[in-house]
Parts: sequence; C-alpha cells; structure tokens
Amino acid sequence: MHQSASAVTDAIALREVTIAFQLAEGAVYTAVEGASLSVADGEFVAIVGPTGCGKSTLLNVTAGLLSPTAGSASIFGSPLSGLNQGAGYLFQQEALFPWKTALENVAIGLEVAGAPTGEARELASQWLARVGLGGFGPRYPHMLSGGQRKRVGLAQVLIRDPKILLMDEPFGPLDAQTRQIMGNLLLDLWSADRKAVLFITHDLEEAIALSDRVVIMSAGPAARIIGDWRVPLARPRDIAEIKLDHAFHEIHREIWEMLKDEVLKGYAQTGGG
Amino acid sequence: MSRAKLLSLQVMVAVVSIALWHILTTVPIFGVTVLPKFFFSTPLDVANRIVKWFVEGTIWKHLYITLLEATLAFIIGSVGGVLVGFWFARQPLVAAVFDPYVKMMNALPRVILAPIFALWLGLGIWSKVALGVTLVFFIVFFNVYQGVKEVSITVLNNARMLGMNERQLMRHVYWPSAMSWMFSSLHTSVGFAVVGAVVGEYLGSAAGLGYLIQQAEGVFDVAGVFAGMVVLAAFVVVIDMIVTMVEKRLLVWRPVAAETRT
Repeated sequence: MHQSASAVTDAIALREVTIAFQLAEGAVYTAVEGASLSVADGEFVAIVGPTGCGKSTLLNVTAGLLSPTAGSASIFGSPLSGLNQGAGYLFQQEALFPWKTALENVAIGLEVAGAPTGEARELASQWLARVGLGGFGPRYPHMLSGGQRKRVGLAQVLIRDPKILLMDEPFGPLDAQTRQIMGNLLLDLWSADRKAVLFITHDLEEAIALSDRVVIMSAGPAARIIGDWRVPLARPRDIAEIKLDHAFHEIHREIWEMLKDEVLKGYAQTGGG
Repeated sequence: MSRAKLLSLQVMVAVVSIALWHILTTVPIFGVTVLPKFFFSTPLDVANRIVKWFVEGTIWKHLYITLLEATLAFIIGSVGGVLVGFWFARQPLVAAVFDPYVKMMNALPRVILAPIFALWLGLGIWSKVALGVTLVFFIVFFNVYQGVKEVSITVLNNARMLGMNERQLMRHVYWPSAMSWMFSSLHTSVGFAVVGAVVGEYLGSAAGLGYLIQQAEGVFDVAGVFAGMVVLAAFVVVIDMIVTMVEKRLLVWRPVAAETRT
C-alpha cells in the first residue's frame, strides 16, 4: 500500500474506517463506512454533519474508546491499539467528577500520572486562571454554570499537555454568547502551542470560524466523508467578528450547498423513523 | 416560615398531645375516664419514671448496650455491604449467580431470624448485632452495587482518557460514587441498626432498651413501657441528628436538590 511521507507524520490518520454495531436479532447497523481522514500536526480540523451521522463514533475510534470494524487508525504514524493515551478528549456530556472540586478535577490528570499533589494543584490553579476561573478552585461542579464547567473540562484536558485534542460538540449545550466566548478561549489557548485538533460539531458557522479545514459527513446510516474544505481565513481570529467577513460568507455558502441536502436527508430519516 | 415560628409550632404539637393525654387519663368526663390509667398511664407517671431512671443511673447501662449493639451492627453490616456490593458490581457473573439468593434473603422478615441468632450466639449482645447486620447489610449492599453500576459512562471514559488505570478508577470514580449512594441511605441504615438491636433485645436479652420495655410489659407496668419508648425515641432523634451532621460534611459536593432522604 502506498504511503506518502506526509502521511507518516500526520497526527491522526484514519484509513477506510468502517464502524458497524451488532443490533438485536442479528441485524447489523453500519454507522460509518469507509471514512478516510488525516489531520496534520498543529492542524485544526472540524467534522460537520447532520445529527446522528456518526461523527462522535468516528471521534471515539480516534480516541481508542471504540475499535473500528474495518480499516485502521494511526496516531503520529503508529497504529492505534487500545486507548489513545496522548490525546485529550473533551466530551459533550458532563464529564467532570462531581465529587471533586474544580481544582481537584483539573489536577487529577497529573496526579494519576504520578505528579506530587502539591505540584499538581499548583499547576491546576494556574490552569484555572488561564481559563478565566481563578478563585473558583474550591467550588464543586454543581456550583458552577454550564459554561464554567466546560472551562474546567478544558483545563482538565489541557493540563496534561496532550499532543492531540479531540472535541465532541463540547460547546453544544451552551447558549450562543457563551459558545462564542468559549470558542475564542479555545482558539486563544490553542494558538499558544497549536496541537492537532479534531473538533466535532453540527454547527457549520462554528466549524468555519474555528478551523483550518472543514470535513463534511453525509447523513447516516453508513455515513461517509463527502467533502473536505480548506478555510482560507487568517489567524488570529475573533469568532464574532470573523462571521462578518466576506470570505467567511463565501465558504459558508459553498459548504452549505452540499450540507443542506444531507441535513434534509438526516431529518427525513430521524423524523420518519 | 421562620425558624422560630416553625419551632414553636412543633413544640405546640407536643404540648397539646401531652395535655390531651393528661386530661383524658386523669379527668373523668361524665363520670367516665376515657383512657384508663392502667392501660395508658399518665404523662406525669411516665416523666417521673424517666427522671427516676436517670437519677438512679440505671438507664445508662441499657443505653450503652443498645448503642454498642447498633454501632457494631452498623459497622459490620456496612463493611460487608460495601465489600460484597463492590464485588458483585465488578463481577456480573457472580452477581447473576447469587441474584435469586440475595433476593430470597432480603425478602425474609428478619424477626424470624432472631430466635436462630439467639440459639447460635446466646443472649448476649452478639445475637442482636447479628440481627442488625442482616438489616444494615442489604441496604448498604444494594446502594453500593447501584453506585458502582450507575457511574456515568462519560465520566468513566473521561477518567480513562485522563490516564487512570484500573486501581485509580476504583479510587477516584467507583469508590466515591458508591460512597455517595451509601451515605444517601445513611439515615435508613443507621435506623435499621437500632431497630435490629432493640427488636433483638425485646425477644430475649439481659440488658438494653428493648429489654427494659419488655420487662415492664411483662409486669403490666405501662408507665415503664411508655418511659422506655420515650427514651428510645429521644435516642433515635439524637442519632439521626448526628447522622445529618456527618452527611452534610461528607456530601458537600452534592447539589441540595439531589439530596435524598430515605
């Protein structure tokens, strides 16, 4: 099989990944079929697709939480088996430990890796300050707002300095303003050391505003990757301002032309079922 | 409602009930005493009896025995429930095999076990402890089992992605989750530890609050029965207050709305 030199250095390389689930009564549901995708080191890639198209499933394969039925995943050139230890994963649902304070939640990643508690907490409080939550360390997750919990989650993941950042609609449950603020915070933190990012969203505007490349998936079942756009917008960006940019509208219209049909297909399937 | 107002209303309920009790047992209405003294005693007699017990100091021994039995039952039952609960939750096969037996044991009314425990363990404190253990164990067991089972899959995946190994998952995820479930049933399990001790004493013993009540009942000393009940009720209220304090400390991380009182 042909492998180009650049493919080896890709942070993430998915090749012909198919994911099928065994259903009751022997039926098989194919969520994703033949998806190939690569993310270069330092690249911010967003996957956009209609609800239920298997975007999160594909992300879980990259995280090593799920094994593909066929195809392979490579991380920095080596095949992935088991958990993707070098990756940080920001979940859509609540993932903080409710019985730990914000500070303990952020520090835990270092503590389980063997860092002394004092050192880990010191660094954790610096990270809390970086995500704008200085002084919120002693609070438990239920005492924080949804946006604040996402900030803690971001610090929890980034403190381990992962080489790859996997994000599953992390700002999905937040209101529009908070999403913009969180998006800017993410770009701000990301620009410091430019990790490879795979960002899942159903919001095309968010995808374009944040990323270097936008990948479109078709409606499920057997969702495929049907489009791959480079976003020609300069950095640093401000999420709110960039949406007024002419180039932003250009690319948005271009991608939406294709995505629109898939979204309608997705609605037809979920609505009809 | 303000705290003072609530408290005064609560006190009023007690005052009215006791006053009613006093009047109905001592003042004849149309020549008939509604509540004969022989069966209902009077508040004053009961109060005198309680004061006498405390002044003479006889009550302390019984209180101590009941407290000791309940504490031992709670500790042994909790430790057993936590261990078995964890084991079953992490080994689905074991849980499946033992499931019908667990259900059978739990369905058994514990009172019928009391004679067996008395036979096996004698009339000392251990037969009462055993009875309490059978009650506490199942409450703790079911809660810990549930707590380990119900850990959110997202939290678990997050813990794995943060690099936790099996042992660390146990310590940072499964254990706190199981404990939170156990603590939320603390009122029930502590209450049952006391029930086990008192019922055991009542059915055959040489000391304890249950013994005190049973003795009084045996000689138709109604004042003694009521006095025993009052002391027992006060004892349970004090223990419940301590449990509430402990619970508040241990479950600070929980939102108030999610607090369960069982």
